[in-house]
Amino acid sequence: MEPVLEVKDLSISFTQYQGGTRCRVLPVIRRLSLTIEAGQVVAVVGSSGSGKSLLAHGILGILPYNSHMEGELRYRGEPLTPRRAERLRGREIVLVPQGVTYLDPLMKVGPQLRGGRRDVQAKRQSREVLARYGLGPETEERYPFELSGGMARRVLIATAAAQSPRLLIADEPTPGLDARAAGRILGHFQEIAQQGAGVLLITHDLELALTIAQKVAVFYAGETVEEAAAEDFAAGRLRHPYTNALWNALPQNGFTPIPGSQPWPGEEGSGCPFAPRCPRRSAACAGDIPWRIVNGGQVRCLYPEGGEKP
Amino acid sequence: MKHRLLFTGKKLIRMVLLLLGVSLAAFLLMSASPLDPLQTNVGQAALGSMSQEQIAKLEDYWGVNDPPVQRYLGWLGDFVRGDMGTSLLYRQPVSRVISQRLQNSLWLMAFAWVLSGVLGLTLGVVAGANRGRLGDKVIRGYCLLISSTPTFWLALVLLMIFAVWLGVLPIGLSVPIGVDAASVTMGDRLYHAILPALTLSITGVANIALHTREKMIDILESDYVLFARARGESKTSIVLRHGLRNVALPAITLQFASISEIFGGSVLVEQVFSYPGLGQAAVTAGLGADLPLLLGITVVSAAIVFGGNLIADLLYGVVDPKIRRGAAKV
Repeated sequence: MEPVLEVKDLSISFTQYQGGTRCRVLPVIRRLSLTIEAGQVVAVVGSSGSGKSLLAHGILGILPYNSHMEGELRYRGEPLTPRRAERLRGREIVLVPQGVTYLDPLMKVGPQLRGGRRDVQAKRQSREVLARYGLGPETEERYPFELSGGMARRVLIATAAAQSPRLLIADEPTPGLDARAAGRILGHFQEIAQQGAGVLLITHDLELALTIAQKVAVFYAGETVEEAAAEDFAAGRLRHPYTNALWNALPQNGFTPIPGSQPWPGEEGSGCPFAPRCPRRSAACAGDIPWRIVNGGQVRCLYPEGGEKP
Repeated sequence: MKHRLLFTGKKLIRMVLLLLGVSLAAFLLMSASPLDPLQTNVGQAALGSMSQEQIAKLEDYWGVNDPPVQRYLGWLGDFVRGDMGTSLLYRQPVSRVISQRLQNSLWLMAFAWVLSGVLGLTLGVVAGANRGRLGDKVIRGYCLLISSTPTFWLALVLLMIFAVWLGVLPIGLSVPIGVDAASVTMGDRLYHAILPALTLSITGVANIALHTREKMIDILESDYVLFARARGESKTSIVLRHGLRNVALPAITLQFASISEIFGGSVLVEQVFSYPGLGQAAVTAGLGADLPLLLGITVVSAAIVFGGNLIADLLYGVVDPKIRRGAAKV
């Protein structure tokens, strides 16, 4: 079967004006590759500022006007052109955004859920989908500011689930929720995946992502540095030094931080963006780093963990 | 409901305090002005031919020698009882002068207010929704040009074009010359109000359109519009369903705040068109040291402007669900 979504060598850059006249191109996402099968949850994990949200916007074709996208996007075997994305978004490809600010503050939940449709069927459907997420019919009459954080998340998921999507993109759907509420929200995504949709979960929370994802793509400074199966984490089969560092920074795995910080877009030099912080770097890391298969996963590193040392 | 009443009550108290302050400030400015009411109203020549006793009598009649505090308190006491005094220039009760003038001006200002509001909102929404495109550039260019143009100058230019060169509109006044007051029709009044009202609207539009455009751009860059796009809503649907809804609140504020600008503009415009409205009366009263009339006009116009803002605040409570529902819970 064809994968729901294939992303190959995707790059997104911004055109910025400096001092009014000088124009510069700011690469935010570089050489990103990713595959999502139907029924699968794939997590994209990276710290804030790594360009994760733009990936979602790029797939949906809603990037800002001063951005530029390159690379290959295929949805169910066929190229996902901007026009095709426009037709599909909100129907087959849906987004679950971060929080309540993504709801119109002056519109009641019901009309927002129905997206402009007013017929009896739409009304029945919106009640049903709210009920599915444990929200009563009175929720329809509420304004976004009257929802709690958890309720707002469930309303946002309801907007997506109302469409019986084939691809669901969740952009940081859990911050601000306690572990139990976040777990429940992720459970809903798992359910949607089990109904046959592909789920792309964009998050900074590796631990939470591992609870439902089958595959994890790790993002660093706009590049995918590793694509690993979820089991690889606990089994210690990680390949990239950054993935390793991320894993070891979790409280239950030693809480070990590494010095330095992620470079800002435009700051990274050539070669591996993680090299300045990497314990395994060598002079060769400043050159081109190929995307290669190591132990069943993919990695963009010359000296992956468990392999030869420089 | 209780909350709403309390809110209105507080606002009304504030209004009374404001009017007190405004009248006091106007009074102090007038007493500090070098204009001598006797000289300006009786005339230098007539004053010269009067005897000392006559002058003293007149001074006594107008209260020139009373201390300012006593004069202000006297005015205030009468004002509270509903007596705004007698205009020195018009020899009529101030209340009658104001009500006559206000009737003339109100037409003008109401027309300009509605027109500039509707046009400003429309232009602002169109410009904001088409940011960076030709339509936006034209609208923005027009607004910037107009807002940097002095109102009186614009009035003169329009007067020249429509009244002098084309000769299609009257050159001034609010009614035709040489026509019996009783036979002046509504049509005559409207015909005479077109140019001043147009001038006022043209300048009013620029401000409202620019502010609305800015607001519209903010809305279109918001998270909820991004999400609406992600859900496949078309651009038109986004502007109509989310844009207009969210621009409504700032538009209310702008529209009612613009009352004061229309008022200020009317002073200049009425002067240029010799339109016998409140603005013109204010200028005459100021230059003629007609203290009772000036104070009356100041207080009435301040009350109207404050009333406009009060209406905006109350409308907010009706339109904004956060205030409406929030207040209901308290």
